[in-house]
Amino acid sequence: MKFKNTPQFRSWREKIKNKFTNSQKVRVKVCITGCRANGAIDVFKKFQEEAGKQNLTGKVEIVPTGCQKFCSGAPVVTIELPGVMYQSVSLEDVSSILDKTVKKQKVIPQLLGKQRKFLEAQKIRVLKNCGDINPLNLEEYIWKDGFSALEEVLSGMSPEEVIEEVKRSGLRGRGGAGFPTGLKWEITRTSPAPERFLICNGDEGDPGAFMDRSLLEGSPFQVIEGMLIGAYAIGANSGYLYVRAEYPIAIEHLTHAISECYSHGILGKNILGTEFSFDLQIKEGAGAFVCGEETALIASIEGKRGMPRPRPPFPAESGLWGKPTCINNVETFANIPIIIQEGWKNFASVGTERSSGTKIFSLAGKVKNTGLVEVPFGTSIGEVVFKIGGGALPGCTIKGVQTGGPSGGCIPVEKFSTPIDYENLDALGSIMGSGGMIVVDDKVCMVEFARYFLDFVQKESCGKCVPCRIGTKRMLEILERITKGQATLENLEKLEELANIIKDASLCGLGQTAPNPVLTTLKYFRDEYIEHIAKKRCSAGVCRELVIYFIDEEECKGCGACKKVCPAEAIEGDIKKPHRITIEKCIKCGACYRVCKFGAINVR
Amino acid sequence: MKRINKKSIEKIASKYRGKEKVSLLSILQEIQTKYNYLPKRALEMVCELLDVPKSKIYGLATFYTQFSMKERGKYLIRICEGTACHVKGSQRIKELLKKTFGLQEGETTPDKKFTLQIVACVGSCFLSPVMMVDSTYYGNLTPEKATNILKELK
Repeated sequence: MKFKNTPQFRSWREKIKNKFTNSQKVRVKVCITGCRANGAIDVFKKFQEEAGKQNLTGKVEIVPTGCQKFCSGAPVVTIELPGVMYQSVSLEDVSSILDKTVKKQKVIPQLLGKQRKFLEAQKIRVLKNCGDINPLNLEEYIWKDGFSALEEVLSGMSPEEVIEEVKRSGLRGRGGAGFPTGLKWEITRTSPAPERFLICNGDEGDPGAFMDRSLLEGSPFQVIEGMLIGAYAIGANSGYLYVRAEYPIAIEHLTHAISECYSHGILGKNILGTEFSFDLQIKEGAGAFVCGEETALIASIEGKRGMPRPRPPFPAESGLWGKPTCINNVETFANIPIIIQEGWKNFASVGTERSSGTKIFSLAGKVKNTGLVEVPFGTSIGEVVFKIGGGALPGCTIKGVQTGGPSGGCIPVEKFSTPIDYENLDALGSIMGSGGMIVVDDKVCMVEFARYFLDFVQKESCGKCVPCRIGTKRMLEILERITKGQATLENLEKLEELANIIKDASLCGLGQTAPNPVLTTLKYFRDEYIEHIAKKRCSAGVCRELVIYFIDEEECKGCGACKKVCPAEAIEGDIKKPHRITIEKCIKCGACYRVCKFGAINVR
Repeated sequence: MKRINKKSIEKIASKYRGKEKVSLLSILQEIQTKYNYLPKRALEMVCELLDVPKSKIYGLATFYTQFSMKERGKYLIRICEGTACHVKGSQRIKELLKKTFGLQEGETTPDKKFTLQIVACVGSCFLSPVMMVDSTYYGNLTPEKATNILKELK
């Protein structure tokens, strides 16, 4: 039904709350988004089927949810009573979970996750709904006080008061640059124009980042609520949600959420019976990293090639179709309802003085626990990597962490005591970015890692300005020479010189930050560059031209596993006798290295 | 292959009546969804219908990596080359798949079964290395596991 006023909406909420509170059903929550890559949809269906078979339909509610944060345990299932999280749940486990845990409240120890330490050290605030409720069900969001912030805003706050509240909360843009959100809203509101626009930037293009994806998939209504409050504050009547085409589940969930909002009078004309109207539509990106840059994103919405333009004028003054436009990131909008609900003081009580609130990171790479991490600003990098992330993979040593994607940099383990905030990461030569955190260990070659980012930037450069288009190409060529052992020490100087010029002379953020991965690795891991150039060696064993694979004949048991897996037929040997690699035939793919159970394959 | 007729292109364009020129991207996306790629004939029809220069359409179709101007295979294989996938060995997956199935980046196999795309990040870094076959995600891959997944596709 369409709600015609806020009291009517409020009484609906009471009804829903009563319904959920009085429900006797045990909620079994199955992540169907991120865990999908490990077969979660089948697990979810199996639960529904088994619940029917075991006559549990009246006693149990199988809830599909978004990300439950502990992604390395995928597929993850949480049973609210007795309150356990199971990890790596297979189809075979489903019936015994229902029988033992749901019916008899007995815990199955072998399925218990190692998430305790992972979740304990976090401060879940913005992510509280994600993984807890069914993202496709408006009632569940309402039950968890969803849209109560909108209700409060519409039943008595002026747009100026909303802006003031956000300003005082100290919220800074979560997209990377950290611009104060309230100030951005104020500038947009006070720019004279007959029409204004609001855009949510969901073009999470940084490789290694999945926070926005998780929020959009796991709590789409929360992002929409943040946008509604933003639109009211700046005086916009229409807005866009720009989402990458690579996120099909996010688009599916948002499409559903938007249509639910329209049919309940939460979007559209005269929202909840007030004077305020707002139309929201999804714009699907088409695969261009540069569209995460705000002026490129606007060009893309206007139906053009996504190329950035110089600023000023900033979009807040002249943006979409030349009208004042406010662009905020997904996570920024997801913070807004919390500020209104809790008040700015409570919100700012978490975090540091310069950076208030919490930040969501996506932890991945060479670390034990991967997944979504929400911590207050001021938490040290080490706490995230070692305490929450559980430290290195077996047999490896952590060397550093990469933050901020291709615009960011690599922070070495010696700097892990640094408290995370915008300024501190800047000072280390990296950036906060949107929040991707990729852990690297001794099996990762930092020169090759820098080459990887330059290759990425080079492919994604829109080509408009010369420093970015040609400069990154030249940098990439030098890096390629280093990884092949063909470079000289003078090349290293050239590399640094180019990096600094590109930083200063590029048109947009993509080019200006493109040299960061190179500059930080040169600063903190210079010895690896020197090793490649002077000794023609890669101690991580990654750069192919510089490594040789050989078999330690004493360790080799002659099992033949390496011979079987070798795609180049470079390994010879009889069963139960030591094998050998013919160097001339070896293509250095490393397949034998990975398959050997006895550690007999060595890299030099 | 579906036949390209003017009516279906007109139908797509009519959804954006009055805003055709700013909705060019959405129109191209719908055409691609319908035909699995952007057929030249369809693009020419868009130009005539909306009175936009060919250069503009060509500019859009080649700028965004989502678009393909070549016919695609039955399955679209997207290997993720994001940071986490990269440090966890996506390179080796790419190589083995290329070798085993004769795949080339951005190309379709002669039997029209597979098209290979290397993508920047699919946002599943927590289960890296990852690939997608159409809209299905596969995580925690090894080169061997990925090969078996493709082998099972009929």
